Amino acid sequence: MTEQAPAIELKGISKAFGPVQANKDISIRVMPGTIHGIIGENGAGKSTLMSILYGFYKADRGEIFISGRKTEIPDSQAAIAAGIGMVFQHFKLVENFTVVENVILGAEDGAMLRPSISKARKSLKSLAEEYELNVDPDALIEHLSVGHQQRVEILKALYRQADILILDEPTGVLTPAEADHLFRILDNLRAEGKTIILITHKLREIMEITDTVSVMRRGEMTATVKTAETSPEELAELMVGRKVLLRVDKKPATPGDVVLSVDDLKVTDDKGVHRVKGVSFEIRKGEILGIAGVAGNGQSELMEVLGGIAQGTGTITMNGRTIALAGRDSDGQARRRAGIAHVPEDRQREGLIMDYGAWENVVFGYHLDPKWQSGFLMRNTAIVEEAQGKMERFDVRPPNPKLAAKNFSGGNQQKIVLAREIEQNPDLLLVGQPTRGVDIGAIEFIHQEIIRLRDQGAAVLLVSVELDEIMALSDRIAVMFDGRIMGFRDPAETNERELGLLMAGIEGEVDGDEWQAIDRQLERKEAEEAREAGDA
Amino acid sequence: MDFATLLQVLDSTIRLGTPLLFACLAGLFSERAGIFDIGLEGKMLMSAFFSAAIAFTTGSVWIGLLAGIASSMVLSAIHGLASITFRGNQLISGVAINFLAAGMTVLIAQDWFSQGGRTPSLVGNARFEPVTLPGAEALRDVPLLGPIYYEVISGHTILVYLAFLCVPATWWVLFRTRFGLRLRAVGENPAAVDTAGVSVVGLRYAAVAICGLLCGFAGAYLSTALQAGFVKDMSAGRGYIALAALIFAKWRPWYALFSTMLFGFLQALALRPDLIERAIGVKVQVQLLDAMPYILTVVILAGFVGKAIPPRAGGQPYVKER
Repeated sequence: MTEQAPAIELKGISKAFGPVQANKDISIRVMPGTIHGIIGENGAGKSTLMSILYGFYKADRGEIFISGRKTEIPDSQAAIAAGIGMVFQHFKLVENFTVVENVILGAEDGAMLRPSISKARKSLKSLAEEYELNVDPDALIEHLSVGHQQRVEILKALYRQADILILDEPTGVLTPAEADHLFRILDNLRAEGKTIILITHKLREIMEITDTVSVMRRGEMTATVKTAETSPEELAELMVGRKVLLRVDKKPATPGDVVLSVDDLKVTDDKGVHRVKGVSFEIRKGEILGIAGVAGNGQSELMEVLGGIAQGTGTITMNGRTIALAGRDSDGQARRRAGIAHVPEDRQREGLIMDYGAWENVVFGYHLDPKWQSGFLMRNTAIVEEAQGKMERFDVRPPNPKLAAKNFSGGNQQKIVLAREIEQNPDLLLVGQPTRGVDIGAIEFIHQEIIRLRDQGAAVLLVSVELDEIMALSDRIAVMFDGRIMGFRDPAETNERELGLLMAGIEGEVDGDEWQAIDRQLERKEAEEAREAGDA
Repeated sequence: MDFATLLQVLDSTIRLGTPLLFACLAGLFSERAGIFDIGLEGKMLMSAFFSAAIAFTTGSVWIGLLAGIASSMVLSAIHGLASITFRGNQLISGVAINFLAAGMTVLIAQDWFSQGGRTPSLVGNARFEPVTLPGAEALRDVPLLGPIYYEVISGHTILVYLAFLCVPATWWVLFRTRFGLRLRAVGENPAAVDTAGVSVVGLRYAAVAICGLLCGFAGAYLSTALQAGFVKDMSAGRGYIALAALIFAKWRPWYALFSTMLFGFLQALALRPDLIERAIGVKVQVQLLDAMPYILTVVILAGFVGKAIPPRAGGQPYVKER
């Protein structure tokens, strides 16, 4: 056993994109039948490294050995032939194809489809039994939940006889229960002798499932250790290069008067699908209400209506005054006048104009303020000065107001948006996915700023798919599933398991197998959505 | 409208619908693969000219047809190069092709034949002649079905029958073969195709080539079957109407047959204003009838006829993400 060749061995891999050195002289050995974690911050080069292994990019230097044999991987075809399968963070599925069509795409047996499809159907059935990977082979991808779509990606790899499976941030889109199920599948695969590389930035997952873990920082492999011999604190330090506070420090909340009250809010999207199905809640001064839920359960639409981007029906009052949900007075400007500031979930599309400079971005939305314009001309000098100040106070790096937004890292982009919104001293801050794509170091800072605003007496509505974040920041937690609020919980009196079940739409205790109940629930939701889409 | 006139109108419907059908299926292959092609018009026109010109010089319509197809495929290759290899804007490339064809055909025609931008009239073997289907004469007197078979179905050129055969063939290729699966996938999510180890570029070039081939047939039909020779701008917006028909058909082959025949029917009616007048009792301007296909196109494009969802990756060049 000790003399076994590693399933994958990379030697001295380097890759540069222009002046950016994404991978610097990386060497790694992954033993067969193990789960090997690769952890690192955004932009540390994890995905680049795996894309090289999957033939998406060609390394500038370095060698790849598969099972001890030197292998050239010029394209994905070669990677598949070498027994490598990859589950990308953003799934590579054809949405209006069925599961079985997606599985055979590129791995058909002949020029005619029919024999390939019936063969794939059989093999999907046996794979499902072997690894608990149940999906309806004839369902359309667009009708499946993200968790099931991910299973299709895994099935695709297994159908191509992959022995090595690479998963890139696989749990980002899953409920905790779905993630648990995924880990069970990975366990089964490991037991069958498959080799798994798990890329993630979540320390908890690394500790839970991997055998060994490699840490990447700024394109370099800084350490490879046995998981059993390390701790989350040590890994975080290796990732960031300094000691990091993994917990958020905050005083207990002292809620005051009601700031925002939402009653029976409903939102229908442009496809006619009901996204929010009657939601009611209140937020008080000095309180953070966290909305937990898997992406796509109506949180985004809720935020959009509150932020004046989308329209809905129901009653919303802000500081006792009703605000419009449709028509001319329901736009973002009206919301800002009412004292609502909005940090949108998708900062690159809705929070910033990526080609504009940081200085322009720090006044967008507030550019009609006489401070920044004089009726016809913008007061550019004043704006640049303001930007300079904001960038200093929020530690935006580099502190250059003229640099276009797209040239900042994710964390610094988010700080620009936060600086703009928080410094308006809003009565209510809507903040969606505040730390998505943000480095651990910056997460700490962003969390502190949100809490500081709360302590100044603002109400905060936080939407995040990161359960850890919701639990760390919120004073009260609402869980959304399928457009409804499943319930409110006190973060001090709940736990991840309870929230996870609520996120899957299950209230109370479950008899028997927990994830089977979750599976049933998801299937029910899928069927309903498929029907609604059919009606529309 | 009596039975005989109805048959006449249906007969013209088929004749006028055929070039639309070829062009519509051409667009279907291209757009299903994610390459929008506004240059159907230019390709048809180019093929119409070269078919007629070469048929005239060689005296053989078949050589003319080949030349037409070749010229259309050259334009397709240019579109492919611009939009697949160089990832340019597909609309701009298509518009450029239309201008190129409009100008070049007249210029070359004038240079070769000096007849004011036309080709000389085609006669004999330089034209596609109508084919009488077996038994058409014999069955002519069978009530109802006989005249339909003789007047409407029989008596078209071979290209008409080819166009109709292309419909089931297209359906079969798209939905029953490996090539079709991949082609549809590349128009929906090229990244899925790429990560499955199949060449996105190769598939898209194949689709664009098929588009060129079918446009070649459409153009050749115009100048060597429907008419006897090339005249300036003879495609007369058919490429655009075919695109509208494609949206109407929701990018499906059988629907494409119906939508192009509907447009063909409207064009056939425009040829017989007297019929309309007799039917509704009001004299309708010929110009208005001529405009009907275009008006319907506007209505369709404005989205009044249900929601048509185009291939999701349509119009976007494929770039591997970083």
